Amino acid sequence: MLRIGIPSAFFYYVHYPMWKTFFEELDIQVVTSGKTTRQIVDNGVREALADACVPVKVYFGHVINLYNKVDYLFIPRIVCLNKKTVYCPKFLGLPDMIRYGIANMPPVIDVRIDARSRKDSLFAAFHKVGKMLGKTPLQINKAILKAKIYQRKFQKLLSSGFQPIEAIDNIFAGRVPQPPAQLKQLKFAVVGYPYIIHDQYISVDIINTLRKMGISVITSDNISNLILRLQPRAAAKHLFWTFSERTLRATSHFARRKDIDGIIHMSAFGCGPDSIVDRYIQLDNYSSKIPFLRLVIDELSGVAGVSTRLEAFVDMVKRKKRGMP
Amino acid sequence: MNKVTFPHMGESFRAFKMLLNDMGNEVILPPRPTLNTINLGVQYAPEFACFPLKILMGTYLEAIQKGANILVTTGGVGPCRAGLYAELHKKILHDLGHPIEMIVFEPPRLYPLNFIRNVYKLNHAKLSIKAIIERIKKGWRKLQALDNAEKLTHIIRPRELKKGTTTQKYKQVLEWIDDANTFNDIIEAETVALEELHKIPQEPDRLVVKVGIVGEIYVLLEPTANLEIEETLGNLGVEVERSMFLTGWARDNTWKETVEGMTVKDAALPYLPELIGGHGRDSIGNTVLYAKRKFDGIIQLAPFTCIPEIVARTILPAVSKDYDIPVLTFFLDEQTGKAGMNTRLEAFVDLMKRKKLKNNTKPQYGHPPGHLFN
Repeated sequence: MLRIGIPSAFFYYVHYPMWKTFFEELDIQVVTSGKTTRQIVDNGVREALADACVPVKVYFGHVINLYNKVDYLFIPRIVCLNKKTVYCPKFLGLPDMIRYGIANMPPVIDVRIDARSRKDSLFAAFHKVGKMLGKTPLQINKAILKAKIYQRKFQKLLSSGFQPIEAIDNIFAGRVPQPPAQLKQLKFAVVGYPYIIHDQYISVDIINTLRKMGISVITSDNISNLILRLQPRAAAKHLFWTFSERTLRATSHFARRKDIDGIIHMSAFGCGPDSIVDRYIQLDNYSSKIPFLRLVIDELSGVAGVSTRLEAFVDMVKRKKRGMP
Repeated sequence: MNKVTFPHMGESFRAFKMLLNDMGNEVILPPRPTLNTINLGVQYAPEFACFPLKILMGTYLEAIQKGANILVTTGGVGPCRAGLYAELHKKILHDLGHPIEMIVFEPPRLYPLNFIRNVYKLNHAKLSIKAIIERIKKGWRKLQALDNAEKLTHIIRPRELKKGTTTQKYKQVLEWIDDANTFNDIIEAETVALEELHKIPQEPDRLVVKVGIVGEIYVLLEPTANLEIEETLGNLGVEVERSMFLTGWARDNTWKETVEGMTVKDAALPYLPELIGGHGRDSIGNTVLYAKRKFDGIIQLAPFTCIPEIVARTILPAVSKDYDIPVLTFFLDEQTGKAGMNTRLEAFVDLMKRKKLKNNTKPQYGHPPGHLFN
């Protein structure tokens, strides 16, 4: 059976259920690179450019991890999915970076997805990939239908408060994690890019760390696209990048909500778009009434350092809450 | 009274100053960026913003101290973040309590109304449309004259007999072009300037290697940002060709000189088929074109954390291998030191010279070509 590798980084946290279902429906085995480990990060740091941001290095590590295990690597070139904003330039050049950046890799299945033009739409992309693998249009359409159903199921789980990894486990492993309890005393919002905050290694597992401290966590991925799109925001130029715009809108949404006690923005060292996102949050006062913490992580972040900062932040929020009548 | 300023980018300020003066504005010249400018910019700009944003931040603050209250700059539509810089600068400056107005020129083809409105705002002399077009043409001609003079210094500097003559003469001729205010004067000043530069005593049979410079436009055009790399290279005996000028002059030339008549986009196609914003694709395409034109090496200049250039840099080793051309990359920011850069440049130039000599001399003599240096 043909094996296709999907690195567990970047779009894994956003589209994995859809692509996995699609390929499996076409009788192709999907291999992932598993959770990020020290080994993966080290490999990535060695192969990727020193000036790249951590997620890129992690992605390189995941790709290297798939070496020898798969016949093809699936790295779509995702340009635009909502007809409005594009993705960060690193996604636009991702297949090329892998192809020329690492030697002796399996062939890359690289398909351009740009919802702004019909011949590059997601639907067309599915068909191109299917055709490359020698499948008939009928088989492909059937697979697309099922893939869409699974993706919707995934979105539904996200909206009900599960984090992407839990939702993926839930769908494919049948493991039903405890539905996140709502009785906890504090509720924090973690905003940022899904490939940073949900990568349990590079984010130092911030979500579970907070949960262990007795705090319920909601992330920008738990907010539906519709709510984000309806966010009123300052009449400024919109950001160009989908994830950044989402982060900004999610922050403004959380800042307006009454049940959020703190907002944490997690960002990677040297992240270009975040340099702007962060200053926008600061200057537009999105979280004027709510305590706000900016955490920058890189490949050297230690658990102890991040935990200390989180604990200090939590203590501060608790004290503030107690002090209020 | 409105006092207008704009970003400092190489010598281009001379043309913009003339254009804005013609339209009846009082112009506050953007000061040439210094260490002080950079420090000022770093203080107020976000940490991971790229170097151009930090320098511009400093430039604006210095110009505001001199009394400027209108900033004219360009926008963009992404995916490079430079398109958002005007907005970010405005937010930061307003936050610091400077009530400046920002006039942002978006790409006129996509936003024609924005262009017309902005021109109208800057048109204090109440010029007719015809007169404005005339003035813009004149400004463009001046930019071309400035670019042509600079381009010639890149060829003459490595061959000059006495070090420093070209730089000195260049400074002088810039003032002549600066003083020319009518279309004919500009052409005349340009002719005289080029003649004067040609008169600099040169050593014709010196070993000169040719290097193409690719990368992000601001760090290419602003000597403060790239630590005067072109001058340094010229003094090391390197003829430099820069892939980018404001007037796009060099690029037009490049197309014609390759046998295939390739465009930069065509050249980059096998390596990077997508426009990734900024000048990432141009960096790759220009490298291919320079290699095809038998250059001895490529230097890529990029601001630290510039994503398009990071993507390009990841792909460039493959280009370097395919075309057998050395590539050296500098990621520039406020921490870059001139001495460190010079050391790397000297080593790079030595390598290129050695390679060139090896290819030029006949192998049967077998003597080490080392004595030919200096």
